[in-house]
Amino acid sequence: MNNCIVAFCCEHSAYPAADLAGKLKLHYPENLRIIRVPCAGRVDLIHILKAFEKGAAAVMVMGCEGGACHHMTGNTRAKERVKYCNLLLREIEADGRLVAMFNLSPNAPHKFVGAVNEITKRIKESGR
Amino acid sequence: MIIAERKPMDEIKRMLAPYKKVLVAGCGTCVTVCWAGGEKEVAILASQLRLARSAEHNEISIFEASVERQCEREMVAEIKDKVTEVEAVISLACGAGVQTMSEMFEDKPVFPGVNTTFIGMPEKEGLWVEMCGACGDCFLDRTGGICPIVRCAKGLLNGPCGGTRKGGKCEIDPDKDCAWVLIYRRLEKQGRLDLMRNYYAPKNYRAVKRPGRIQAAKA
Repeated sequence: MNNCIVAFCCEHSAYPAADLAGKLKLHYPENLRIIRVPCAGRVDLIHILKAFEKGAAAVMVMGCEGGACHHMTGNTRAKERVKYCNLLLREIEADGRLVAMFNLSPNAPHKFVGAVNEITKRIKESGR
Repeated sequence: MIIAERKPMDEIKRMLAPYKKVLVAGCGTCVTVCWAGGEKEVAILASQLRLARSAEHNEISIFEASVERQCEREMVAEIKDKVTEVEAVISLACGAGVQTMSEMFEDKPVFPGVNTTFIGMPEKEGLWVEMCGACGDCFLDRTGGICPIVRCAKGLLNGPCGGTRKGGKCEIDPDKDCAWVLIYRRLEKQGRLDLMRNYYAPKNYRAVKRPGRIQAAKA
């Protein structure tokens, strides 16, 4: 688990997008660990913090596009939690940007890869 | 209920700096409802402390426990085994909970993890407001159930003062309602406006003896 990127992927959007990225043989960093969740709103602060405790370099929460959440408000809840988690990380002098929320639709494999590349860039910038 | 907010992380880290084995103890009542010290907040603080110490290469072993009410000895006794294993406890309960823990485990330092702030109620999600000053001599029968002691910025018993703004707002904070305007409107609805004509003598704050002590009548 050390230095991997944990991606909590909503099964209605980011997970099919990741699947499609695989089918299209798009390249993304191999240290990505995908965790399928029923909704981005299912991801709690403690899940994110535990991922860091276990050695994750960054955590991504990936849910549906704004207004398209399968469970109505899961993506907006997730966004708020990620924002709060940024604060919790900054409190302990860690880089708050290493936890991020991404919104994408199930047919957006390139956006999925772009998000993974973006977080990889942030990891490098933070010096990890 | 009692409202509290978590202490700044730096302060918590400073209190726990000398210790390697710590228990984070939560309380399942008031501080759970105000998101300051319930089971979830215990897990978050424990995780933050582990991450912070790990980044400093100064590992810490943290245990987590929550009881239904930390202000009751019988309930605190449930986590006795965990307390005996650690060097210090950080309690996320209100001041009463911290002191109960401290009294029961006199050989361990028990630190407060939250600042106990006031008695209040939730106004909306994530916002709590003060409602009661625990003055020991309740005045609400004369004010339509609105406490001027805590809800009026000046704590006036004979309001409103001359500073009420247009729209019934307080002169000290234009975002706050003037408590005495609220009282007037409430009494008007109840047909009890005559109460506004009364003069109330200065409050006898001696009604509250410190420390407070109440013995229930025996049946």
